[in-house]
Amino acid sequence: MTPLLDVRKLSKSYGARIGCADVSFTLWPGEVLGVVGESGSGKTTLLNCLAGLLSPDAGEVIFDTRTDGPRDVLRMSEPERRMLARTDWAFVHQNPRDGLRMGVSAGGNVGERLMAVGARHYGRIRGAALDWLGRVEIAADRIDDRPAAFSGGMQQRLQIARNLVTGPRLALMDEPTGGLDVSVQARLLDLLRGLVRELGLSAIIVTHDLAVTRLLADRLMVMKQGRVVETGLTDQVLDDPQHPYTQLLVSSVLQA
Amino acid sequence: MGKTVTGYNFAYLDEQTKRMIRRALLKAVAIPGYQVPFASREMPMPYGWGTGGVQVTAACLTPADRLKVIDQGADDTTNAVSIRRFFQRVAGVETTEETERATIIQTRHRIPEQPLTEDQILVFQVPIPEPLRFLEPRETETRKMHALQEYGLMHVKLYEDIARHGHIATAYAYPVRVEGRYVMDPSPIPKFDNPKLGDCPALQLFGAGREQRIYAIPPWTQVVSLDFEDHPFEPGRAEAECALCGATDSYLDEVIVDDAGGRMFVCSDTDYCRKRRAAGHEGRQGAGEMAP
Repeated sequence: MTPLLDVRKLSKSYGARIGCADVSFTLWPGEVLGVVGESGSGKTTLLNCLAGLLSPDAGEVIFDTRTDGPRDVLRMSEPERRMLARTDWAFVHQNPRDGLRMGVSAGGNVGERLMAVGARHYGRIRGAALDWLGRVEIAADRIDDRPAAFSGGMQQRLQIARNLVTGPRLALMDEPTGGLDVSVQARLLDLLRGLVRELGLSAIIVTHDLAVTRLLADRLMVMKQGRVVETGLTDQVLDDPQHPYTQLLVSSVLQA
Repeated sequence: MGKTVTGYNFAYLDEQTKRMIRRALLKAVAIPGYQVPFASREMPMPYGWGTGGVQVTAACLTPADRLKVIDQGADDTTNAVSIRRFFQRVAGVETTEETERATIIQTRHRIPEQPLTEDQILVFQVPIPEPLRFLEPRETETRKMHALQEYGLMHVKLYEDIARHGHIATAYAYPVRVEGRYVMDPSPIPKFDNPKLGDCPALQLFGAGREQRIYAIPPWTQVVSLDFEDHPFEPGRAEAECALCGATDSYLDEVIVDDAGGRMFVCSDTDYCRKRRAAGHEGRQGAGEMAP
């Protein structure tokens, strides 16, 4: 089996400051990888480099494309990468306003990716939008409302629907539960877990919330100052942390 | 050639400016629907009054040309009259109100009803040349979208129309795809005129003065109005006939005639309407008030 994503020695610095350095990992089909670390540890830089939103200074990001097999994303032409970004990839922003078109109705938001890959049948686009709104538990009668009229949790679920409508194989999520209250977080996590299992999606979830990784992630990668300090199965890392920083991180969590 | 004011170059613009605009025009013709940047000049009229169109017209005019200027189809409205007089004074070219006699027609918001010929140039005044503008405000991004043909967003706009109104409610500035490549804003012409853009024998030039863009549709070019398979494009038209000439095939303006809900529909193309009446066609209110 070929890994879906193979990252080799990825580095990105902002001048003299290190964004992330020498990050290598593989992601297998259907696997969920959690990336944890404190603010400024390079989690988001890593994710943006993977998604092509930032260009890294060195390294390779090899993605197993549907048509041509494994290819280095960073050396693809821009049209190819953008095509990949709206078909096989999903990117869920921390702030749903960054990932949604706030002036366009919920249905239009979900339908945009379909139209971007050539769907030209209104009835079918609307049908797919309705189906996906249902899957993320947004009532069908809200389809023509704009996201501005939605609560934060609904906006986040809408963003997820909008990203998953083209059936991507890789989801990159940047703090998907950040800024949501605890009960809404729990529902969103439940939903995400269901979708990931149901669709066989591979995902990289960047978060500082260890509870989120405990629920969602199969494997964990701990980052500190731009470098990976520990990797392993989620339960293993959380229950038996080896690196001093990981031990600190785990012990910092309040036990409710 | 008529009497010109002295002190102005022929057709107002200096020759270097005309050269610059003609180069932009050549590029625009070579890449149908592509917006070519040009160094738009200050013109002696406010932005929004057709400064782009005037510059394109000035760069195309020769002393032998016959110019027609229309505004919303009419030859006698402020914008049309002022631009026509402008070129009468600074170029001394002959002007006409008859579509078939004109060699250059500058227009705002309409395409004449009379079919155009290969000997004519139609110059559009364009307020906002970027069809994606209201969906994607970043110019860097819209240029990239044009370059990569990422036009899904244009359909999102049409989707929103159907979701909100049950049909595509965009009635003017209806987006088109030119020769299967660039998506283009046809300027705020009614979508009734959209079918006339394609396979047109005349050269169609578009000038946006404030936005500093020129684009073109060469003669006999394929122009397709965007739509959905289950909501096909329909050129809209008021369900009425012209009250003056009785035409049932022309684009109509709705005119409110009193404060008691009275209204009449008349051809927006004044030249077309006048010719029809001169040929003996008469609408229900056509008798009596014949234009000069």
